[in-house]
Amino acid sequence: MTVQELKEQLSLSVLAGEEELDREITGCYAGDLLSWVMARAESGDVWLTVMGNINAIAVASLTDAACIVLTESAALDEDARNRANQQGIPVLTTEEDTYAMAVKISRLLPEAP
Amino acid sequence: MSGLSLKYEVPGDDFTRAGEASSDVKRKLKKLGYDPDAIRRVAIAMYEGEINMVIHAGGGQAFVTIEPERVDIVLEDHGPGIADVEKAMQAGYSTAPDQVRSLGFGAGMGLPNMKKYTDEMTIDTEVGKGTTLKMTVLVNHKS
Repeated sequence: MTVQELKEQLSLSVLAGEEELDREITGCYAGDLLSWVMARAESGDVWLTVMGNINAIAVASLTDAACIVLTESAALDEDARNRANQQGIPVLTTEEDTYAMAVKISRLLPEAP
Repeated sequence: MSGLSLKYEVPGDDFTRAGEASSDVKRKLKKLGYDPDAIRRVAIAMYEGEINMVIHAGGGQAFVTIEPERVDIVLEDHGPGIADVEKAMQAGYSTAPDQVRSLGFGAGMGLPNMKKYTDEMTIDTEVGKGTTLKMTVLVNHKS
């Protein structure tokens, strides 16, 4: 499944990184403490978080996450939006909370836990 | 082949610029065709180190040497030093101030992550003088 397909299936809106929506998704990770996420998130993960600052973009880039989904309509800083566009990190948003998103994503991923 | 040596200034107290050095190293390794796993390990370990220097030490310098079989990272600061290295190495132990936590840092995972993602790590620290952290990531060697 690609980020584009995830966006369509779950009615997400794109806030940044529009050009990288063909990226393949292989898993999902949820968390807001950046170092914790850095230790655990895998390459190709959808990352569910409420952290929309510039450091979150760095973490997504360093862990090679497929995209960030900001849950509960958490805000994306202007700095972060610019950095995400520069680095080609798709950032999407939803009104739903992290739990609801994770449940829905697990139904879409072939190897979900 | 002799190694490629890089040097970066890590700014103190500027979270928006923390990560520039590790991102640059990541880009260079990618261009040089390094194994993605090695790149990821270098980038994460170095970013954690940069963030530590921003949070605790008022910035510092990063020296990176890229060789075919290994990447060496030296992070040098003249901050307050680490009083209890053993404690600092424990996952979850943090002395980061609250305003840093609100940014998503301060989970007490910095040094443990650096250790986890590198093949060798040494800390040389003196209270009141500063800290020098040396890390090595061996390429094609999964830690």
